[in-house]
Amino acid sequence: MDFLSAHAPEQLPGNRPLPPVEGAVQAPHGTTIVAATFAGGVVLAGDRRATMGNVIAQRDIEKVFPADEHSAVGIAGTAGLAVEMVKLFQLELEHFEKVEGSTLSLEGKANRLSTMIRSNLGMAMQGLAVVPLFAGYDLDRGKGRIFSYDVTGGRSEEQGFAGVGSGSVFARGSLKKLYRDEMTEEQAATVVLQALYDAADDDSATGGPDMTRRIYPIVVAITEDGYRRLSEEEVSGLAQTVYDGRLRLPNGPQAPVS
Amino acid sequence: MSTPFYVSPQQAMADRAEYARKGIARGRSVVVLQYADGIVFVAENPSRALHKVSEIYDRIAFAAVGKYNEFENLRIGGVRYADLRGYTYDREDVTARGLANVYAQTLGTIFSANAEKPYEVELIVAEVGPAPEDDQIYRLPHDGSIVDEHGSVAVGGNSDQIGSYMDQRHREGMSLGEALKLAVEALKRDSNGSERTLTAEQLEVAVLDRSRPQRRKFKRVPAGQVARLLEETPAPESTEDESEGGEEK
Repeated sequence: MDFLSAHAPEQLPGNRPLPPVEGAVQAPHGTTIVAATFAGGVVLAGDRRATMGNVIAQRDIEKVFPADEHSAVGIAGTAGLAVEMVKLFQLELEHFEKVEGSTLSLEGKANRLSTMIRSNLGMAMQGLAVVPLFAGYDLDRGKGRIFSYDVTGGRSEEQGFAGVGSGSVFARGSLKKLYRDEMTEEQAATVVLQALYDAADDDSATGGPDMTRRIYPIVVAITEDGYRRLSEEEVSGLAQTVYDGRLRLPNGPQAPVS
Repeated sequence: MSTPFYVSPQQAMADRAEYARKGIARGRSVVVLQYADGIVFVAENPSRALHKVSEIYDRIAFAAVGKYNEFENLRIGGVRYADLRGYTYDREDVTARGLANVYAQTLGTIFSANAEKPYEVELIVAEVGPAPEDDQIYRLPHDGSIVDEHGSVAVGGNSDQIGSYMDQRHREGMSLGEALKLAVEALKRDSNGSERTLTAEQLEVAVLDRSRPQRRKFKRVPAGQVARLLEETPAPESTEDESEGGEEK
């Protein structure tokens, strides 16, 4: 990015002149991303809906991307800007790795993303905010870690689970009840699917699993072996289990009262 | 006032070429060979930190001999060129041919610019394709020309002898072990005809492996695996009779 800003500044998302606008710009927005750690890593999942006001702009958008071999980023906010930011982020991590011959630390990656969000502050003030959720496996500490951000680039590490986007309030409530330490990868994937289901239940901008069109949330797992996107069969199997459970208990699994 | 001596352009270029060639010939060689699943790079390099072979982009890798600071400079330039290209357009649009052209331009300019000394480097840029026929290997000598190579190529000190040794024995569809064995046998040859011993620790080995599921096909082969591959593979047989004495092309 430093090289790019010197060599071809017009290529950077934050450096484009903005036309003066009145009110918020109408552009597709992505919504809910959730993440949860488990025994050997971390899962990150996102729903598939993009909205523009009250219109569903796209029902099969992908909002979770690999950042490099051991980390992934999920994005909420203005889809166009977010996708470009992720592209630049991926490029930067790869560039660093090739030039320096070693990968950045997970903290270093999280920090870099922070700077990129901050450079988008001007746009964010006009309603075009990008708020990612960053998750990765820390090879030094041997565990999965999650970082969340605010629109000014403020970064905070989350313990256990996290969510961003319009449906994250509901997703977080759901995760709070379902999450426990030392889950398996499959349990963690089920938990994030449950959380997304709850988010879709109460937030109109979040899409639930679309059983008729066979569009399911994207779930990725990052472990010591690296980034892996769960195949459609795996996710559809888990989503089906969640869905079947909801036919019996529409509000989802019940936690003990005391 | 003294008048500078007149030096004819031919003489100036010949001197520069001689200077660069001598610099390159001092270093150890790097060889690049095609094998069934891709392209293997083998360099004699005892250092773990300073690489002679490195990744440029998804399907493209770079190997160099000569002065480290000069080719490192070129390597970083190449990575920047490739990353910027890939970001501006698409990852597909970064090709070894494009990169080789940029390198040729750079080396050519440096070679003929009067004030500086020429770069004492020789580069190889290789791209692995979906099938062996689509593999591309370009050799870039110090003066900025491009040579399109097939099968096997050697650069650096004693590259003529090593190159002709490999040319005679290289065939299509070799396994990684066979290609590696041939490369090591070739690198062992000294300019005075004697043979040295090379252990896996003295080698830097990397592959562009088309069978890798990841987008980035470049992978370094650790010394342990190199040693194992060399042990498992029998010595290469010459396709011609063994009695040849380093015939020149």
